[in-house]
Amino acid sequence: MKTLPELIFNLSKEGKVGYSYSAGEFSDDLIAIDSEKIREDTADFPQLSEVEIVRHFTNLSHLNHSVDSGFYPLGSCTMKYNPKINEKIAGFEEFSTHPYSPHHLVQGNLEIIETLEEWLIKLTGMAAFTLAPAAGAHGEFVGMQVIRKYLSSKGDHRKIVLIPDSAHGTNPASAHFAGYGIKEIPSNEEGIIDGGTLKEHLNEDVAALIMTNPNTLGIFEKNIGEIADLLHKNGSLLYMDGANMNAFLGIVKPGDLGVDVIHLNLHKTFSTPHGGGGPGAGPVGVSEPLKEFLPVPIVVKDGGQYKVRYFDEKGIGRVKNFYGNFLVLVRALVYLMALGKENVRKVAEDAVLNANYIRQGLRNDLDLPYQSKILHEVVFSDKNLNVKTLDIAKRLLDFGMHPFTVYFPLIVHGAMMIEPTETESKETLDAFIAVMKRILEEAAETPEVLENAPHYTPVSRLDEVFAARQLHVKWEKGGNN
Amino acid sequence: MRIDDLKFTKEHEWVSIDGDILTVGISDYAQKELGDVVYVELPPLGDTFAKGDTCSSIESVKAVSDIYTPVSGEIVDVNSNLEDNPELINQSPYEDGWVFKIKIEDEGELDDMMDADLYDEYLQGILEE
Repeated sequence: MKTLPELIFNLSKEGKVGYSYSAGEFSDDLIAIDSEKIREDTADFPQLSEVEIVRHFTNLSHLNHSVDSGFYPLGSCTMKYNPKINEKIAGFEEFSTHPYSPHHLVQGNLEIIETLEEWLIKLTGMAAFTLAPAAGAHGEFVGMQVIRKYLSSKGDHRKIVLIPDSAHGTNPASAHFAGYGIKEIPSNEEGIIDGGTLKEHLNEDVAALIMTNPNTLGIFEKNIGEIADLLHKNGSLLYMDGANMNAFLGIVKPGDLGVDVIHLNLHKTFSTPHGGGGPGAGPVGVSEPLKEFLPVPIVVKDGGQYKVRYFDEKGIGRVKNFYGNFLVLVRALVYLMALGKENVRKVAEDAVLNANYIRQGLRNDLDLPYQSKILHEVVFSDKNLNVKTLDIAKRLLDFGMHPFTVYFPLIVHGAMMIEPTETESKETLDAFIAVMKRILEEAAETPEVLENAPHYTPVSRLDEVFAARQLHVKWEKGGNN
Repeated sequence: MRIDDLKFTKEHEWVSIDGDILTVGISDYAQKELGDVVYVELPPLGDTFAKGDTCSSIESVKAVSDIYTPVSGEIVDVNSNLEDNPELINQSPYEDGWVFKIKIEDEGELDDMMDADLYDEYLQGILEE
């Protein structure tokens, strides 16, 4: 069993050092700092030897759970394996160029940006992409600003954005930050939006609908064509949250479905590091009429040369410094090129197959709130169980598996949202299903085992309420830590 | 405050009517469903909202939920005790855990609210679903 290391401050022993400087390395005349700004006491750093420091941080790093160490079925997050070739190529020193480099010296980098745009255009059927946004929610915000700019260029100042009740929480937040009021629209008994419901909410003040497809229940929004028509006839636009694009890759082009704006999450669908693993990227694609409203810079191919346009009269301007998170873009392009265009479709097929395998494996053990067919993820509820979703999630930790997403989407009571991705083998899926069945047996026979779980982790059940109400995250010397 | 004197909305808010001032909170069922409340975002004093608008939100360890304005009008008071003591929503949903007071513009908007018995029936319907 892994244990929680002592805080590094508590390991400190007066006089231990983990470094040595040669004499004169920092002589006074090298330090061009006002003498009054130089501290009189030494800084109160922990004092340890080099190997003690290395062990401390190595042991801390071993407490992480990552997709490299185990199953990670966090729904809606697409925690797929990040192939190591992505890292290898992104680490080429040729890519470590200064962002102010003159364009003729970084033609290769610009070609990468343009090539990735072309891939995304082909995969989505959109007319153009910007790769600048730094994350999914940033992409949403940029997309909403593009919509706003497009509509206002026609003298149209609509105020409302419609959002289904199964949406990611970032959707209303992004629309709100872009200056829109939010109206929630309910899903029907199939777990999707239907044209009839949309009509009830459509009026001349509706700028757009933000739809996630497949939605957060993993269900294909099959009315999307009719919905796009209704919106367009009303002068409104269809924004698609592409967080779940993993289910569509190489099979469905959102542009063909009438989508006007889409953002993609390179750190989900396109295997770049996710969460604490590094910066993300949330490219935004638009249809032809919205093209000129995209942010700058825009890489353009002019004859044999790549150039960069920094100003667009109608565009929304800059949304990120330089070219976005460039090395994330490199990783995504490596992923796509390593797969090859003939294999991209297989990603979606296997992701959908894996989610359906879990749905089938557990459908007699857990309540399925919606009977509709699913694509890339499955949502169960804790109905008819005598433990809560949180208890099951915590118990999964004892088996070395990362829990699924809990209590989301909000329209499902005690939601358990499971997305295995295409990464996992049948053996891993079988192991997960077996663990879930065992946990559910425990829930029936010895529920206290779940209520006190986890038992085999460095720390046991945390008091989340206390932690949220009494936020205290700073260590203080001699303080009550 | 007697629960029989309250009226309820389908969004699980309760209201108590005193002249043209409506006090609004969330029902006991709603606080149980949310679980332990850790933060309450109060509506801005003096702002006006239309019926059905989102005017504030409640964050629990599970989720963040919106509170909808049950009638159109101006926010005339908020329960600032909730800023430091959000647990009042769990401990005393019908009294110390009230959230805001709003000045009623149109009494007709009160018509489709449920009394305690009807709300009970409504909850039974949800539980049996």
